[in-house]
This record gives sequence, structure tokens and C-alpha cells, in this order.
Amino acid sequence: MQTPAPFDYERATSVDGAIASLEKLGPDARIIAGGHSLLPMMKLRLAKPKHLIDINDLAELSYIRDEWGEVRIGALTRHVQLEKSDLLARLFPIFRDAETVIADPVVRNRGTIGGSLCQADAAEDLSAVCSALKAQVVIRGTGGERVVSMEEFHVGPFQTAVGDGELLTEIRIPVRPGGGSAHEKVERRAGDWAIAAASAAVWIEDGKIAEAGIALSAVALTTVHATRAEEALRGQAPSQELFAQAGAIAAEDCSPTADGRGPVDYKRHLAGVLTERALARAASRVRREEGS
Amino acid sequence: MNVSIAINGEQVSRDIEPRMLLVHFVRETDGLTGTHWGCDTSNCGACVVLLDGEPVKSCTILAAMAEGHEVRTVESLEVDGELDPVQQGFHEQHALQCGFCTPGMLMTARALLDANPDPTEHEIRTAISGGICRCTGYKNIVAAIQWAAKHEAASREEVRA
Repeated sequence: MQTPAPFDYERATSVDGAIASLEKLGPDARIIAGGHSLLPMMKLRLAKPKHLIDINDLAELSYIRDEWGEVRIGALTRHVQLEKSDLLARLFPIFRDAETVIADPVVRNRGTIGGSLCQADAAEDLSAVCSALKAQVVIRGTGGERVVSMEEFHVGPFQTAVGDGELLTEIRIPVRPGGGSAHEKVERRAGDWAIAAASAAVWIEDGKIAEAGIALSAVALTTVHATRAEEALRGQAPSQELFAQAGAIAAEDCSPTADGRGPVDYKRHLAGVLTERALARAASRVRREEGS
Repeated sequence: MNVSIAINGEQVSRDIEPRMLLVHFVRETDGLTGTHWGCDTSNCGACVVLLDGEPVKSCTILAAMAEGHEVRTVESLEVDGELDPVQQGFHEQHALQCGFCTPGMLMTARALLDANPDPTEHEIRTAISGGICRCTGYKNIVAAIQWAAKHEAASREEVRA
């Protein structure tokens, strides 16, 4: 029987209250939202928080809004809401690509975007999605808010920039004209973690790639920000050859480890092919209407 | 701590450790052993119950997190000796052998048909993809849910007529 080690439980009634509790209880306190990453870790004693602060009642952290030129997503927004959002499907179809292959629909009823990002598991999909989209995240503590990029957010394996006494509250994704995005994943069976996955976004202006975002899942100890492959795309006209080149660079820049899901060369091959496919699909989805 | 959860319409209050999982609250403190406790890792789906109408894996939710919410278990499906159409469908289509996955499959199917009364085969297969059945190969489970959808549609027609 798998049961977590004992802990104290409290239910937050406000964001400020949750942060005050985190501050008061110190590093032995953890936030719980969907719980589908944290509870399995606690059952295995990989995490042993002495206090859990349940934020599931904080409806003010659950939203997907289009405002001031960016889409803002509350940290408590659940996978099922990301999957069903028409706003995201229109502006960032990469979310629906990823959400239909993250775990299964029953798990997606509970898991949240904030929890997925804060778990910072290299094999998790939304970390790569947000990285490819050049998202920023809002981290709040008793001293106020700070906004960090995904590069700054990812500190190491299972480690993020969210410190003791702080709460991830929001994800902000800039909306620029000419954007398209896609996520490609290969898994052993429905609902499994990726063998490898690639998230890609491109923004095309006057027939050239003005900006590109590429991030990979499950092919290193952390989410791979494929910055060298992105650089190879900037200023170029989109083509299948160019996307293949970018895929080859991304494959070089990842560092997979062999495990039950496959050997290193297979995962590296997948990283390249999936990057190329994700870029091609992202480019095919570039929105025609200017200024949206 | 004291936790109070509405299970199948009845308020159940118990003193428990905060670490108690919802599946154990349902099975051990309330004696509703129809909900099965399988993999304990949110993979198999045998423990699926409805939380405020949505299917969830009760092995990966603390009982304390369900306080103030409504839980519906497989025991609620049959009313006054009459089986729910999804139960009848499993019977008609021989959708179980050992029966271990069945409570989770039934509750997942019930939630699917409540939200989408006329699902495609693909939608059914997606909905139950969080449940593992090692006996049937899923074919008869899909057929059972299709049977239930068809019969529920027919009874809605009768009510209208």
C-alpha cells in the first residue's frame, strides 16, 4: 500500500493567504493543486513535505484570458480547460496538440498547468510548449511579484526559479502577428510519458521567419531550449530543408539517456525528426490575419 | 482532522489522518468497496469516481481535498434494483471478465454519456484511455457504452412521445 508520510493539511482561501502560509511554514511546506505529480512523489518518499497547502479553492487562479497583447493563463487552470479552450486553439494550437497526449482525460480533469511547470520534469510536455512560445511566468511572494522567462524559470532537473515562500500564479504568452505552433510527441502507448517530444513555434513576417521557438521534452535532464536551432531559422524563408537543418541541430544539442523507452541514438533521431515535423506543422498554421 | 464529504448524496464525516487518500476514505471508512484500488499510481483507472460530476482517480486525491464536494461511486448507479444503462450495457455486451476495472470503466462511461450522449467510437476510446482492462481488449467495453448510448437515446424518444 502506497501512502504518503504524515503531514499537516490546510486549505488556502486566498492567494495572499497561501503565500503567507508558505512564508510562515518555510521549506517544509508545499503547495498542492491537482496533486498528480506531487502525491505520487510523496507515496514514493521522493517528496516529504510536512505541510500541504491546498489551493484548489482559489478560483481566481483559474482563467485563460486575452489581454494587452498576451494570453494570460492562471496557474490553477486544468489540463482539460487548456485542451478545450477555443482561444488557445485559435492563437496557440500547440496547446491542443500537447493536451490530447498528456496522460489521459481523467488525469487531465485534475492536473494543472502551474503544477506541470513547477514539477519541471524534463519529460513533461507543457514545459516545452511554454518555452517554445517564449512564455513568461509570474512568481509571487510576500515581497511582491516578479516575472521571469522560461529560461530563467528552468533552474535544473525538477528545480525552478520558484523559491521558498513563493507561488507561481500566472503564465503569460505574447501574441504576435504571423505566428504558428505545434507539438509532436512519440510515446510507447496512450497516456505514457514521451520517448521524445518537440514543441515549435514560428512567427513569419514578409515571408521570412522573424522569430522561432523550439523546445524538447524527455531528451535531457531538463527541458531543452534549442536556442542554436532557433538561431538557424531567424531571417530565413521557411522551407522543409531549413526545418530539417534545424532538426539536425536540435538533435545534436540534446543529451538523452538510455532507458526502458529506448537507446540514446534512437531518442536523438526522434528529437531531430519531431523538431522538423513540429516546425513544418507550425509554419503551415501561421495565421493569415494580420495584427491578431 | 475531521473531513466531511457528500458520497452518493449522503454526508459522511470522519476523523482521519490528512494523508488518507479518497479511495481509502470511500472503501474503508464508508465501506463502499465497489470502487477498486488498483495500481495506486493513477495509471489503471480502477479507482475512478465522479467528483462534482467529473471522473477522477481517487488514488491520487486526498480525502481532505474532497471535503465540501460531491463524490459519486459505482454503488450509486443502480437505483431500486434497476441497473443504469451503462451497467446493463456491460451485461448485454459481455464487457467484463474478471471485473476489476469495471467500476472505473462504468463511472468513466457514465460521465462521458452525461456530457456527450452520442459519442463516436473514437470519443469512447479516448474517454476510457485512462483505464486499463487486461481481459477484454476493450472491444466489448466500447460496444457496451455504445449500447447504453443507444438505449438512453431511445428512452429519451419515448419520454418525448
